[in-house]
Amino acid sequence: MTTTAVQYETIIGLEVHAQLLTRSKMFCPCAASYVDSSPNTHVCPTCLGMPGVLPVINKRAVEMTIMTGLALNSEVPERAKFDRKNYPYPDLMKGYQISEFDQPLCTGGWLEIELDGQRRRLGITRVHLEEDTAKLIHVKSPTGETYSLIDVNRSGVPLMEVVGEPDMHSPDEARAYLVKLRQILRYLDVCAGNMEEGNFRCDANVSLRPMGASELGSKVEVKNMNSFRSVYRALNHEVERQREILDNGGRIPQETRGWVDDQGVTVSQRSKEYANDYRYFPEPDLPPIVVDREWLEKIRAKMPELPGTKRARFLSEYGLSEYDVSLLIETPAKADYFEAAVALAPEAKRQKRAKAAANWINGELAGLLNAHNIVVSEAKITPKGLSQLIDLQEDGTISGKTAKDVFQEMFETGRDPEQIVEGAGLVQITASDEIAAAVERVLENNAKAADDYRGGKEEAIKFLVGQVMRETRGRANPEMVNQMLKGKLSDNP
Amino acid sequence: MPLTPEEVRHNARLARVGLSDDEVARFQSQLSLILDYFQRLQEVDTENVPPTAHTLAMHNVMRDDEPHPSIDKEEVLANAPQREGDHFRVRAILE
Amino acid sequence: MDPLHYLAAHEAADLLARREVSSVELTRAAFDRVRALDDSLHAFLTLTEEEALAQAEAADERIARGDAGPLTGIPVAIKDVLCTKGVRTTCGSRILESFIPPYDAFAVQRLKEAGCVMLGKANMDEFAMGSSGENSAFGPTLNPWDKERVPGGSSSGSAAAVSAGMAFYALGSDTGGSIRQPASHSGIVGLKPTYGRVSRYGLIAFGSSLDQIGPLTRSVRDAALVFQAVAGHDERDSTSATLDVPTVTEALAPDLKGMRIGVPKEYFVEGMDEQVRQTVRAAIDQMAGLGAEIDWEVSLPSTDHALAVYYIIAPSEASANLARYDGVKYGYSYNEGASMWENMEKTREFGFGDEVKRRIMLGTYALSAGYYDAYYLKAQKVRTLIRREFDAAFQDHDVLVAPVSPTTAFRLGEKTDDPLQMYLSDVFTIPVNIAGLPGISIPCGFSRGDNGSRLPIGLQIIAKPFDEPSLFRAAYAYEQANDWHKQHPEL
Repeated sequence: MTTTAVQYETIIGLEVHAQLLTRSKMFCPCAASYVDSSPNTHVCPTCLGMPGVLPVINKRAVEMTIMTGLALNSEVPERAKFDRKNYPYPDLMKGYQISEFDQPLCTGGWLEIELDGQRRRLGITRVHLEEDTAKLIHVKSPTGETYSLIDVNRSGVPLMEVVGEPDMHSPDEARAYLVKLRQILRYLDVCAGNMEEGNFRCDANVSLRPMGASELGSKVEVKNMNSFRSVYRALNHEVERQREILDNGGRIPQETRGWVDDQGVTVSQRSKEYANDYRYFPEPDLPPIVVDREWLEKIRAKMPELPGTKRARFLSEYGLSEYDVSLLIETPAKADYFEAAVALAPEAKRQKRAKAAANWINGELAGLLNAHNIVVSEAKITPKGLSQLIDLQEDGTISGKTAKDVFQEMFETGRDPEQIVEGAGLVQITASDEIAAAVERVLENNAKAADDYRGGKEEAIKFLVGQVMRETRGRANPEMVNQMLKGKLSDNP
Repeated sequence: MPLTPEEVRHNARLARVGLSDDEVARFQSQLSLILDYFQRLQEVDTENVPPTAHTLAMHNVMRDDEPHPSIDKEEVLANAPQREGDHFRVRAILE
Repeated sequence: MDPLHYLAAHEAADLLARREVSSVELTRAAFDRVRALDDSLHAFLTLTEEEALAQAEAADERIARGDAGPLTGIPVAIKDVLCTKGVRTTCGSRILESFIPPYDAFAVQRLKEAGCVMLGKANMDEFAMGSSGENSAFGPTLNPWDKERVPGGSSSGSAAAVSAGMAFYALGSDTGGSIRQPASHSGIVGLKPTYGRVSRYGLIAFGSSLDQIGPLTRSVRDAALVFQAVAGHDERDSTSATLDVPTVTEALAPDLKGMRIGVPKEYFVEGMDEQVRQTVRAAIDQMAGLGAEIDWEVSLPSTDHALAVYYIIAPSEASANLARYDGVKYGYSYNEGASMWENMEKTREFGFGDEVKRRIMLGTYALSAGYYDAYYLKAQKVRTLIRREFDAAFQDHDVLVAPVSPTTAFRLGEKTDDPLQMYLSDVFTIPVNIAGLPGISIPCGFSRGDNGSRLPIGLQIIAKPFDEPSLFRAAYAYEQANDWHKQHPEL
């Protein structure tokens, strides 16, 4: 069989489920947090689906969803409603999920990604609100018996679904979309955005079609991806798998496949029998939602600054590089940290301070946070501490090298930089006679290098500065040492 | 248009209700009669008539996001047909 | 004067207030009556005698303190569709045979606050699906007027308990006539309030957009008192109206001067019982005599479609409402199957009765892919037309008056093999639920059964949404001009 090298176009669409950071559940007032709670302790008759109980809408969850829609440039129609989505399953307490079918809170929209220096808008189909299911824990007993245990704490936690258009053409785009979406949700403070913890979940639809073809290929839904990394790997694998089948003249059946992370493959999940007839109908227990424009504007007014706006502002206000800004605005916490540190400097020095603070935050701090696997809000070093450290460096009290050591200690202990500097005798030597004595000693002991410099070998000065710094255990001001050495070497030919 | 036994079984499966063969036969004839009776609705002109899902013209019935204490775990599990520790227990779910 | 057990609730309350009888005595009398009659009538599924006597003692203390309301210390039967904290609540179903709710329904909570004495839980058609009481998984209730006949349904036990003098009043639920039709067949008063008037919290759902809780009583005044106690906003039910509840007892007046009454033509159909037709028409004539203006020419043309609309919408909602009974969290559970799915299907096969399965199947079908538009959506649209016709009729009329049911109580087993015939007995009550209106059934006479028994006939009065005062006014004036409500079965 001969195969011709057909070029395929990859088409990916993502459906993201984000648990909302409300205090209470979607339709009952049980606490919504469940990660650290013991099983079945955040449960009431409503989220347990007992007979005769009724749902009541959590207003904050509605507002969070509308806010997300606004951030994703969606339309927020005047009328929305909830529907029942029927699918019996042991983790679904009522046998139906309250969701939104044909009148969601937000329709349409887009978000912008940047990939390889190119900006692209990726379409959003809709954003709607529903409720999470209970958690099933699959057990295999020592005797080989398999069964499932049910913890109802998660049942009824507000779940926002962001359905993306099948607009993406590579796993890289999909990853950029997910990163951007998570960034926006975190900015809005509506979702923790942690895939490993399951509060930010993603399913993907993947299909391939010959370049230029207008009809979509069979869609494969990929599930069970529990990290950004696994989304990326699963999509790459799935694209390759489909390409191989098509290259060999095969057909792609429409199906659901699960990603098996430790094997790095997707496997067919036997399709749920009849699962696609959800028999949606309007939820009779919940009157519709009318989003009058006044309410919408109130919600809009409460929205925090979003990444795009912040980026533009940081660029113009602080004169930083695109690269620095993109790192600083990664999370709102980091951006706030940066701005808090800069704000402590006098007005006239802010631009300079911004550059210094950005260097520290994107360099030293990022490295240490990463090494300790924590985020900026968990760091012991405060924006004030960082600002003080930069002050000490700028007024020449400590050298750059010393500053890094002090930073390290501040990171570990949270101590004040001035205390650290004084306590360890790290204050920079600026007394010229002390430096002069060290310079004398160094020139005496390194006559060869001194001669080299005099002979025109400019780099030799660096060696000599280094030696003086060593003599002074790093406390000398390198600029001063440099000048003094040059003076001495030109005095005595 | 009478229902077929397959349609009866399909609906029973959707609703997750087991039916004996007798029940399938009985429901097939009874439901067919009832569905036939429903045909009279097709005579009604509902052009431009909006559907009514709620008889009360209410909207935006919502509560503030205030958590309240849940019920006691023992009350949650008190009616459980099968329980293991503090969990409900079910037979393994094989698709 | 009536014997103690046949007193109206407000009459019993008067005796309590005058300290001529105690709540404990009333309660004991009620249980004596239950012991004497209920082995054959089977109005109760669960009796709570110990709790009832404790409640009666507490009520007597309240009365002694001068802290009593109109229902304090009066024994009541609660239809088993309403959740009662710590007391088994079966909904007439095998699948909930051992279910004990950890909460009270809102209406039950209100009655407890009013100092009620709960005698027990009343028998009913399984999940309130039925018009005869014969669909109870625990056996039918018999009609106290003729034990060969059904008391009507689905609030069969509630109706029989009140009619037979076992309870002074009862709570029922009405999705398509389940309070009014058994009240009519049992010779008592039955009120279905406006949808949204009484919180559905704790009412085990059948057709969520249709279900309402209401009283079954031996007098219109009693119905007003119970309505007053259970109506009002509840934030746990998002469809509960926020309107103030009018003091309906103030509407109880002896005449109908100036009241405009409409009689819908479509409620007097071919094939209805001739005695029912004549009795109801005579009652309407009598209302004219009390000062009402009668318009015999009201037309509600979509009435003929209401039954189909109802039997699409109610089962559709029920198919979802009953999905939770899967044997996982509570209730009956089949565990011998080879898989979880088999267990779930067998749980529902053995846990539900025929009628419940039939309606789940109907609803599933009406909502399923390819049929939704033709059935469910079409029904919702015709529902709009039915509402509009009522709206138009209430432009010129304060209330509408009609029969409750086309026949009197039928024989046990008479319609069990023909679901459609059974459904047709609700043809006059269903439109009221579809439009969310308040409706009341009051006794208006008797027909003679073929075996010689006297069978009660009910008059239905319908008002516009939240106009329960007009309903009570019309009902009370008619009741007071007659003594139908003073007539009791010979037991």
